[in-house]
Amino acid sequence: MADYHWPPANRRALIGKREKRIDGPVKSSGRAKYSYDINRPGMLWGKMATSPYAHAKVTRIDTSAAEAMPGVKGVVTIVPEGQEVLWAGQEIVAIAADSEERAEAAADAIKIDYEPLPYLVTDADPEHAGAEHSKQLEARVTGNPDQGFQQAEVISEGHYGLPVITHCCLETHGQVTEWNGDDLTVWSTTQNVSGMAGEYVDGLKQQGITVAANNVHVISHYMGGGFGSKFAADTWGIACAQLSKKTGRPVKMMLERDHELMVAGARPSMHAHVKVGAKRDGTLVAWDSESWGTGGPSDAGAPRLPYIFEVPNVRARHTAILTNIGPARAWRAPNHPQMALISNAAMEDLAAKLNMDPVDFMLKNMNLVTAPDRAKTYQEEFAKASELMDWKSKWHPRGKSGAGPLKRGLGVSLHTWGGRGNLSNCLVTIHPDGSVETSLGSQDLGTGTRTVIAIVTAETLGLPLEAVKVNIGENKYPPAGASGGSTTVSGVSTSTRRAATEALNSLLAKVAPSLGATPDQLEAWGGKIQVKGNAAKSISWKQACAKMGASSISGTGKTSNDLMSSGVGGVQMSEVEVDTETGIVKIIKHVSVQDCGLVIDVRTAESQVYGAAIMGITYALFEEKIMDQVTGRCLNPNMEFYKLASIADIGEIVVHMMTGPGYDERGTIGLGEPPVISPGAAISNAVANAIGVRVPELPLTPDRVLAALGTLEKGGVA
Amino acid sequence: MDAFEYAKPSSLKEALGLLGSDWDDASVFAGGTDLISLLKDDVVDTKRLVNIKGIAGLNRVHESAEGVHIGAAVTVEELFSNRMIREQFPAIIDAAEGIRSPQLHNMSTVGGWLCQRPRCWYYRNGFGLLALDKDGQSLVTQGDNRYHAIFGNSGPAKFISPSSFGPVLIALGGEMRIEGPKGARDVAAADFFVIPQKQGEREHALAPNEIVTEITIPAASRGMRNALYEVRPKEGLDWPLTTAAVALRMRGDTVERARIVLGHVAPKPWPAEDAAKWLVGKTINEENAAKAGDAAVQGATPLSRNGYKVQLARVSVKRALLAAVGERRV
Repeated sequence: MADYHWPPANRRALIGKREKRIDGPVKSSGRAKYSYDINRPGMLWGKMATSPYAHAKVTRIDTSAAEAMPGVKGVVTIVPEGQEVLWAGQEIVAIAADSEERAEAAADAIKIDYEPLPYLVTDADPEHAGAEHSKQLEARVTGNPDQGFQQAEVISEGHYGLPVITHCCLETHGQVTEWNGDDLTVWSTTQNVSGMAGEYVDGLKQQGITVAANNVHVISHYMGGGFGSKFAADTWGIACAQLSKKTGRPVKMMLERDHELMVAGARPSMHAHVKVGAKRDGTLVAWDSESWGTGGPSDAGAPRLPYIFEVPNVRARHTAILTNIGPARAWRAPNHPQMALISNAAMEDLAAKLNMDPVDFMLKNMNLVTAPDRAKTYQEEFAKASELMDWKSKWHPRGKSGAGPLKRGLGVSLHTWGGRGNLSNCLVTIHPDGSVETSLGSQDLGTGTRTVIAIVTAETLGLPLEAVKVNIGENKYPPAGASGGSTTVSGVSTSTRRAATEALNSLLAKVAPSLGATPDQLEAWGGKIQVKGNAAKSISWKQACAKMGASSISGTGKTSNDLMSSGVGGVQMSEVEVDTETGIVKIIKHVSVQDCGLVIDVRTAESQVYGAAIMGITYALFEEKIMDQVTGRCLNPNMEFYKLASIADIGEIVVHMMTGPGYDERGTIGLGEPPVISPGAAISNAVANAIGVRVPELPLTPDRVLAALGTLEKGGVA
Repeated sequence: MDAFEYAKPSSLKEALGLLGSDWDDASVFAGGTDLISLLKDDVVDTKRLVNIKGIAGLNRVHESAEGVHIGAAVTVEELFSNRMIREQFPAIIDAAEGIRSPQLHNMSTVGGWLCQRPRCWYYRNGFGLLALDKDGQSLVTQGDNRYHAIFGNSGPAKFISPSSFGPVLIALGGEMRIEGPKGARDVAAADFFVIPQKQGEREHALAPNEIVTEITIPAASRGMRNALYEVRPKEGLDWPLTTAAVALRMRGDTVERARIVLGHVAPKPWPAEDAAKWLVGKTINEENAAKAGDAAVQGATPLSRNGYKVQLARVSVKRALLAAVGERRV
């Protein structure tokens, strides 16, 4: 049986080094084609009429005036008369016309009558929401919480929370669809290339259109962000394909920015009252939390509190508030940023009450981290992060930040994630001219997937990176898992490792006789096939491939548990400066220390962590999907008041990947989610440390910070 | 956005002839940084865009015995990089610096900087400038007013004047030249901004067939110490939560005359006259600047969610005063 194992550190030419992403030049020069960039001959534009009401019954739809407008070619009803819409922005009718402007004008001309119905769009506490909007998801008891609190020598109580935010993909959702006889081609901005055909088969079937999965061609060579919101065909995808079918023409329908922010992705909110108790030496003994949050019209699962630390005595209740805000979608590390904020902020408040450095407090409780070896990982990560932040010399007890309106403070958080690889299939083909291609029905969300595949192929075949062509982003390639949950890097790199090894072994079999050796005595290294331990006996890669005859050889492989693992840690530290006169929070420095097993490409891995830090700083300081109970609408569906951090707002970001012994031998583990979990907690904790009082809710905007300082002035909890 | 006619006249006379008696007839177009988004979001409909950037004479900055004249089509960037402006009117530079976007600097014009429409999210989401419900009640009062007015909000208008230049111009005693079918008229900047009292009224003194052509900062304002401070949550492009523009005539260390104008706190720039009067005869130090800030926010009438803006306005005044005398501490 072939040996697929990852090469040891001294036999790695590419893995674990710092390679630039291979699609950087085409992206930065604008040559990369995103779904938004696809224009087909005779293409129409699709636009949709959407509900202005958060909850209403559609009583009448009249498209006659719209259909009579110039350039209008087809109409598809998404929500028929008599049915209800459950959030503002829900799609009711799609219309196609021969220009974008005409389609938009026609969509505006569709007359829809509604019977408005009662709605709830705010995530006020469960009592305020009422029984019909509340669903208790969890009431968990571990140990004996009452007894635990009796044992506690210090108890901290607090409120913590964070609002609904959106995914805010810079390439909005949407697609171009085109029928050719029974064949449907979809240029889709998706995280799910191999699974998308099934989405269209099922979605179209419900609309009375039969298409076979083997006739659906999905293309997504480049996409502008998904973050968990782009797995499905969605109503607009199916409506677009229907419009194409009806009109016999390709149709492009991409969401407008306001529509994107209203409906195409939301991270559930979470709020909690927490009580947590410890012995005077910092030993955690009891936890009690009452939490709630909204993920829209259906619940988004129960977050598990406390986070990371398995406190011996726990009472935790969670209630979902069902609201008319549009559905939640998986947002990078679903539930974890919420759990991390609430739990790690409560822990930091307790540490402050204990007069303990929060790092010492967390280290004191490492025995409550139950995953095997995880405590050791955290200990190493705390040490590294402390060094990079210069924590010991900078940290001061809460609120002891000197005179003057500008206060600096430090905060810390830790997190975890699984990240086991998804099931992916890979095909590596070596051609007689020596060229190589690797094909998977995977996708690159901007994370570096393409680069990782090229590195693993080239490493396995002993070739330079540029010798490998990577084919992804189409479902004609071997099926690969959807990119969600940090599953891609292991899915593609382990399958690629196996496929490339298989292909190489076939090549070695052809080459062995000419080197007077058996295949197992040969290796590919430095652009040559050589006898192991005797580099003098070698032939070049090109000469070797010339021996394969007229036909190419190939190898296939699928995701392998032997080459990957699951479960990571991660520690982050933030340094902030708070202007206590204005409540403005600035990030001075943010340190992210992250493990993910064997790192295939340190540069793109770091890039993921930088991106996560920016995303995390943004939700800590600025982001909020602002819903208005008076109108039922989202008030900030634009890039003006849905605020994202700019490059000037992020401070100094320091990233460190844990690698080497203890990490590399675990094989690959996913990285996309974990680094985005901790920024909210680390930054909130840093603000508390700076100003001496907890700002309970994110984002840490001037109104919230000043309100917290006001409670401090009035003698509130410090 | 509905289809519209596009005109690019080469003379003012021609431009005025292309405007109509209703706001819907035509819109004056210069940088377009606000107007295009209003059109795209269907907040404003227009039959005709009249591009005034081709009109000679609207794009220069020059000095005369009366003062400094700034053409309405001068871009923010041109103003920002003008050495004379930089030396004499740092408050204008502060305001331009607050617009953290090279694109907006290069496209936006001075006229548009003053005439841009409010950013109230009810207005921009199609509920009208005054954002009244079917019973005539204010959506702003009932709803989310975190970015709305804390002064001048007793009538139906609760939005804030979005211009960071307006308060500066008023503090500097500026005037605006407005050309219309009956000729030119000069309006004090302080009178240009008005609070609409009923539906259909606008937040400035322009008629639909008039154009702002020039801004003048009078010679009398030369030598006044001036500055703008804005509280802006983001370092990147973002709207200020509050601003304060100040201009001080100093005799030695003593204030002889002061003007203080708050921005982003009311449906128009909001002069803080009592605070300005109180400063006369005082020196500008941390304590007096803070007291002036306290005086400036006397009588504020915050709504349900924007009480924090009172504190921000107070701090804006304090910091603008300190900045004007060269003490930029924060």
